[in-house]
Formats: sequence, C-alpha cells, structure tokens
Amino acid sequence: MLEVRGLSKSFGGLAAVKSVDLDVPQGSITALIGPNGAGKTTSFAMIAGFIRPDAGTVGFNGQDITGWRPDRIAAAGMVRTFQITQPFAGLSVVENIRVGAFLRTADPDAATAKAREIGTRLGLGPMLDRNAAALTVAGRKRLEVARALATEPKLLLLDEVMAGLNPSEVNEIVALIRDVREGGVTILLIEHIMQAVAALAGQVYVLAEGALIATGTAREIAADPRVIEAYLGHGAAARMASHG
Amino acid sequence: MKRTLPVLIVLAALAPLALPSQFLVDLAMLTAFSALIGQGWNISGGFAGLTSFGHAAFFGIGAYTAAILQTRWGINPWFGLPVAAMLGAAAGAGIGFSAFRAGLRGSYFALVTLAFSEVFRIAANSAGITRGGLGILIPLRPGLANFQFTDRRASYLVALALLSLAMAVAFWLRRSRFGARLAALRENEDAAAALGIHLVRTKTQALALSGAITATGGVLYAQTFLYVDPSIAFGIERSVEMLLVVMIGGAGTVWGPVLGAIALHLIEDTSRSLIDTPGFAPMLYGVVLLAIVAFLPGGIAGIGRRHA
Repeated sequence: MLEVRGLSKSFGGLAAVKSVDLDVPQGSITALIGPNGAGKTTSFAMIAGFIRPDAGTVGFNGQDITGWRPDRIAAAGMVRTFQITQPFAGLSVVENIRVGAFLRTADPDAATAKAREIGTRLGLGPMLDRNAAALTVAGRKRLEVARALATEPKLLLLDEVMAGLNPSEVNEIVALIRDVREGGVTILLIEHIMQAVAALAGQVYVLAEGALIATGTAREIAADPRVIEAYLGHGAAARMASHG
Repeated sequence: MKRTLPVLIVLAALAPLALPSQFLVDLAMLTAFSALIGQGWNISGGFAGLTSFGHAAFFGIGAYTAAILQTRWGINPWFGLPVAAMLGAAAGAGIGFSAFRAGLRGSYFALVTLAFSEVFRIAANSAGITRGGLGILIPLRPGLANFQFTDRRASYLVALALLSLAMAVAFWLRRSRFGARLAALRENEDAAAALGIHLVRTKTQALALSGAITATGGVLYAQTFLYVDPSIAFGIERSVEMLLVVMIGGAGTVWGPVLGAIALHLIEDTSRSLIDTPGFAPMLYGVVLLAIVAFLPGGIAGIGRRHA
C-alpha cells in the first residue's frame, strides 16, 4: 500500500534521512523505530507531503505521490498525526474532530454526528464539548488519532502517539490501535515504547542516523546487535553478550 | 430566552426608525454601516485569522464601482451593487492568491494588504476614470429606484438589509464546512493541511468572500454621502475602522462586529460632545484598542466566556 524508495533529505550539510526504503502492506501494522534524531519524523513528514524529499519516491496505492501537497495526500487517504500534538486550541474537542470529518462530507449535521461517534469511541466522550486546550497529554494524543480517523483514512501514520503516557494509558492506546486496524485501516507508526511495538507491529524498521539498519519482526529486531548498538552505543552488544 | 432574544434583537434594530431626531437615526445608520464593513473584515480577519490592514481596498473598489458606473455610463446603482461585490471578490481573490501562494502569513500578510490599499489609493489619485484627486460627485436624484434617500431612516433600512445579509454569511460560517475549515487554518495550519484542507485555496476564498461584503459597504457609503475621493475610498482610516470594530466587539464571532460598531460609535460621539479637538478621535481609538488588547482580548463578545 505504501512503497518508499530511496527517500533522502539533507538539512544544510546534515543528511537527516539517507536513502530509506520502506514497505507497508495493506492491512498491516508496521513500525518505524530508532533513537532520537534518527530521522523518523523527517521521514514521516516527507511521506505525508510536509517536507519535499531531496531524492526518492513515495508510492501510495500504486500512485506516485512524491511532491504532492499534504491536503491532496490526505484526500487520497493517507493521514498523519503529529508527535508534538497540534490541536485547534481555540475549538472544542468535537469541533476539532469535525474538521477531519468534513473531508468526506459537506453536511454539518453528519460531520457533527460522526465527530461525536469517533470521539466517544476514542474515550473522549466526557470532554467532547470542552475546549481542546483543556485536554491532558493523553487526551491530546487521542484527539490527534480521532481527528485523523474522522477523515476515513486508508493508511494512518501515527507519530509517537504513546510518548508521555503512563503504562495503563499505553495499554488502552494499544487496544485502540488494534481496533482501528480491525476496522480496515493500515497503520504505520513511529514509536519508542518497545512494549507497544512488540504488541502491535508485524514488521519493524529500525532507523539510526538517517539510515535503515535493520528490518524484521519485533523479536528479530530486539536480538539484532546493530540495533542494540544504535541504542546503547558502540560495543554494547558485545558487552551484553560477554556478561551473558 | 432562546425565543425572545431574536425578537429583542429585531426590535432593537428597528427602534431607531421611531426616533424623532435625525441625528440619532444618522448615528444608527453609521453604526449599521460600520457593523457591515466590520463583518466584511471579520469573515477573513476574524473567522480565518487573516489579519488585514488594507480592507479599504475592497471598500474603495465598491464605492468607486457604484460611482463610476452611474456617472460615466448611467448604470443604476442597484445593478452596481452586485457588480461591486463581484469586483470586491475578484480583488480579494487576486490579493489573496498572490499573498498566500507566496506563503505570507501574520504581519507579513497584513503589510501586503496595506500596500495594496495604498497602491489603489495612489492609482485612484492619478487615473482618469476616477477623476483623480477631484473625486466623483454623484448627482442628487433621490428615490428608491436610484438607491438615494433624503430620509435617513430609509438609508438606515438599506444598511440594515445589507448588514443582515452579512450576518447571514457569518451565521453560515459558524455552522458550515467552509467555516470549520477557516477556524481550523486559523488555529493551526499544519494540522489543517494534514486533515485535507487546501490552505491557499481556502484562504483565497475567504478573502474573496470578505472582499465582496466589504465592497457592498463601499456602495452603501457612495449612495449615502454621494461623494467619493481617493482618501475616502482607500484611506487607511477605513481599514482601521473595520479592524477596530471587530477587535472591540470580538474577532471571529457572529455578533462581534455589531457590538463593536455600537461601542465605537457611542465612544466616538460621547467623546466628541466632550472634547471637540481634531485628531482626538483617532487618539481615543488608539487608547481603546490598547485597553481591549490588554483587558478584553476576546472583545465584548468574549466577556463571560472563559476558555478553559
């Protein structure tokens, strides 16, 4: 469903993303992990049309969408959320979700009904008519997902929707993401919390210093010395092995 | 309450017709006029957050359109009204598209609108069709057919009718998809784009709609005062009036421009009766604007509404 080939981006002299290849099959949950500054969010921004890549292509549903505007990509069915949540702070929660719903309907009543339904499903029920600025971190993350879901995406890009949540909130979001996938939405997620990645993702891509260093299932990735070194530093894998 | 409020508003709007004094009717008429052009500004500046310092451009286009059509070609101002609205929309679309496509936002956009209105003023000052600095005097031919009224109560009714139209647009914005999109891009452009909103197109449409409404205010002005010159039409004072009315009343709210217009004219007339020094009114505007920004950032409409 999503085919990324040779995606690259430099900022000044710094190569933030180096020739990344990535495939997200329809109906899957795929994860993109890596240490801070690895280029995950930059890759996301390029896939979703917010940053123009220096090189490489993004294919979505068999179409080359490289260089498309974000709104056109969203209309085609690929919608992202933001790591740093971007609520419409002056609007209520339901008004926030409504903006997403309006991508597929022009009818105000239908949009409101859909926004309420999705908001309730994501556990924002009691907050629907409150101002979005009043939400907690967990609430804002849910709002990001709710708004994106209201656009009826085929592919959902989730950028660290679990960062800053406590373990029970993480479990709730994990269940929720499974639910979304059951509903027929393919998911690509960036995540730091390995517990969640292991619970959700079929295929995991590991990015370090802008380049893909490993791909595989969560279990394979966790045992891969290159991945351990990328997270813990040079020689860490060997030290861990020797300490048994 | 829900049913009595609209009735009260209609009664309050019609009350000036029963006033014995032409002066008070005049005041009501000017207030409705300010509310109309304020609502024009509010469509783009309030609902969409596209702060403009140059809405006089649209106002002036409306005023000159009505004046030129009837003095040059004898075209009836009632017909001039939709033509003016269309030209105002076209100007809004043109200015908007060029500014938004270039990615101008915030104060940069505001300054570009100011520059456009100044360009129009200078052009009107030198062009033959606008009779340059002489201005255009519209011959007095009172009568409903000519959109001219000796009785200010009739002028007031026309102003009220145009204002009602502008209010209907504002009510529609509060509910509709287009209005939701304006609010979204006002609050956060990245998030709006991520949810499928075409930023340049939507903002351009907002400025076009705003330009159309503001231009009808220009026609109303021309038909009431029967004289247009470059600084009346395109002067910065008009832009400031629109901005001030909305800031005082509450930007991005349906009733803000009306409340702001009432407050502004009350302040202005009371102060004029106390201190009649030229230049005092603009100074007072400055003080009022500062006070609003400092103590009532949501304007009058924002009183009592606390954003949690």
